[in-house]
Amino acid sequence: MRLLVDHVTRYHYDQPVRGVVQSHRLTPSRFAGQKVQSWEVTVSGGQRGGGFRDGAGDWVQAWSVTGPVSEITVRVRGCVDTMDLSGLLRRHREAIPPTAWLHPTAPTRTDAALVDLAHSASGNGPLALAHALSDAVADAIAYRPGTTHAHTTAAEALAQGEGVCQDHTHALIACARVRDMPARYVSGYLYATDDGTPHEASHAWAEVWVADLGWVGFDPANRCCPDDRYIRLGSGADARQAAPIRGIARGNGEERLDVTVAIEAAQQ
Amino acid sequence: MSAYFNEMYDTGAVRPPYARLRDWMDAMPTELRNLKQAEAEALFRRIGITFAVYGEGGDPDRLIPFDMFPRVFAHDEWRRLERGIKQRARALNAFLSDVYDRGEIVRAGRIPERLVYLNEAYEKAVAGIRPPKGVYSHIVGIDLVRTGPDQFYVLEDNCRTPSGVSYMLENREIMMRMFPELFRSNRIEPVEGYPELLRRTLASVAPEKCKGDPTVVILTPGHFNSAYYEHSFLADLMGVELVEGQDLFVEGEFVFMRTTQGPQRVDVIYRRIDDTFLDPLCFRPDSMLGIAGLMDVYRSGGVTIASAPGAGVADDKAIYCFVPEMVRFYLGEEPILENVPTWQCARHDDLKYVLSNLPELVVKEVHGSGGYGMLVGPKSSKEQIEAFRAKILEEPEKYIAQPTLALSTVPTFVEEGVAPRHVDLRPYCLVGERIELVPGGLTRVALTEGSLVVNSSQGGGVKDTWVLAE
Repeated sequence: MRLLVDHVTRYHYDQPVRGVVQSHRLTPSRFAGQKVQSWEVTVSGGQRGGGFRDGAGDWVQAWSVTGPVSEITVRVRGCVDTMDLSGLLRRHREAIPPTAWLHPTAPTRTDAALVDLAHSASGNGPLALAHALSDAVADAIAYRPGTTHAHTTAAEALAQGEGVCQDHTHALIACARVRDMPARYVSGYLYATDDGTPHEASHAWAEVWVADLGWVGFDPANRCCPDDRYIRLGSGADARQAAPIRGIARGNGEERLDVTVAIEAAQQ
Repeated sequence: MSAYFNEMYDTGAVRPPYARLRDWMDAMPTELRNLKQAEAEALFRRIGITFAVYGEGGDPDRLIPFDMFPRVFAHDEWRRLERGIKQRARALNAFLSDVYDRGEIVRAGRIPERLVYLNEAYEKAVAGIRPPKGVYSHIVGIDLVRTGPDQFYVLEDNCRTPSGVSYMLENREIMMRMFPELFRSNRIEPVEGYPELLRRTLASVAPEKCKGDPTVVILTPGHFNSAYYEHSFLADLMGVELVEGQDLFVEGEFVFMRTTQGPQRVDVIYRRIDDTFLDPLCFRPDSMLGIAGLMDVYRSGGVTIASAPGAGVADDKAIYCFVPEMVRFYLGEEPILENVPTWQCARHDDLKYVLSNLPELVVKEVHGSGGYGMLVGPKSSKEQIEAFRAKILEEPEKYIAQPTLALSTVPTFVEEGVAPRHVDLRPYCLVGERIELVPGGLTRVALTEGSLVVNSSQGGGVKDTWVLAE
């Protein structure tokens, strides 16, 4: 599928800030499932910083904006050809060994309920188990926007029984670790065919390390494995580490954020 | 006390390195000694060197006792130590290069995978990133103890930011001021070149993007830090700027320092703050000590951070057991310095042994430091041992155990005159384009009679450490 992306993030500061530093994971991953036709990231008034491929295989690009500035626009436009690989992350190069992803971070720390949930799943072999874990998470946490916030942990989301894709993903990472399967957070875009609601276009899912297959994506929110509707940007141990944009402003200005993401399928 | 190796007297005779010190000692009446001791203390106070060694905590304004009786190494003794220390520093850096790259030592099954990759100090954020010249730990502090004429053991490695080197320099300075005649009658190798050697070492690992003379700075958490004195002392002697996080900022591909002449690019940061505080964008978002965006500049080759983020995975107490294996694996050599035999309570058999031999063992926390949270079996009461047993049983993986070592003694001035007291040694090995070691280090001494704990928080003091010239 050929997908067209137009992703605009606007930062407004109520008082001008002295400067902004950002770290972007906004470049589609290099793997067998996607091929970039064109891709451009611009930052209004921004100076391009260093760029490098990190240990997880993602392209990280730094930007800085010298103030005073009260509005910054980050715009991503591009065209990617995608293929359905049933969630397999084939031909993706990375330096971090899978074992290192068993390390918990604050939002993916387990509690008794997560451990129970993880043990409630069963499957014949690691792939079936990973599917079962993903289903268990989807059953335990209903998709309900607005019920959780950026800092909600997996344990909290499970306790309240509802959340969004970020919460599903954290919960699946936590459950996979209980079953000794390395897992991580993936951020990207989703072309929503049926009821394409805007909040889904900027999406998150999990990857679980399955012996013999490697990393396999699971999207509990949509009860599927990522296919050609998905564009993978980057990964990390949790939502914060995998965030497409991380930034810090120097100054006292209060920040307000507007995000619009449009994903379209090109006519072929 | 005869069970301990006395570095000055061997079966009654004075060992050659100490020969000239005996006359000096004999010629010092008590009154003169007390006078000199008071003088030394006044000098230390004037300099303001009062911080706790090795981040042990405790009262930062307390003066660490300085003992005037020097600790002496013969030239040959030191050369062997030097070879062993440099070998170890090479192996530790090779290990770090490896585990952040292909992890050959893990693939070869020579060190358990989880011990490395699930270690608190293993930093995913720097995997696949090669620091300039491949060096991760630029200042390696290796803690050594001696148990016999030729027996040295490594107690632990410090690959992050080992402190205490200012004591090495100050102890020497004060000895030279108070006893100039000793430095005429003994040919003692100098240590005062250390700051310049450190500056050159750091300059030698400047990033490739740096053209011309590299700008080196020392990054301190600030004056409330217990080692702030050392940070400013070193910056002074090295002739470099001492900065805090707020003095630096990231713009484009580089890090800049605010100066009265405008922003100046910084090429090498000798940081004395922990990894997690370096960059709120990459690590702890609440860190006020770091520089936002620093890690991206570092990882894209715009600045060098010494020690490299992630270097701590090499000096973990559980990894320590495998350092001799690193020497063999990476260098194809036999280790010159031995490890202390170590039992890991995380292992079932080791735990069993430890629990049934607690009165003879020293038990330490894997992530602890400074002599806190440890048990010295032979010096502990039954109740203390039992209380510690319960702690171990609760979380065995948090503890390691070692035999109680017969630490060597060096004559030390005490109330009653001169008496043997136990010592250890921390030399500071510098790793850049070359590996360098100044002849000396910091000798810590347990001032309490019979005590084997040299930590300043537990009644330890410091001594000048001499290496005799050939």
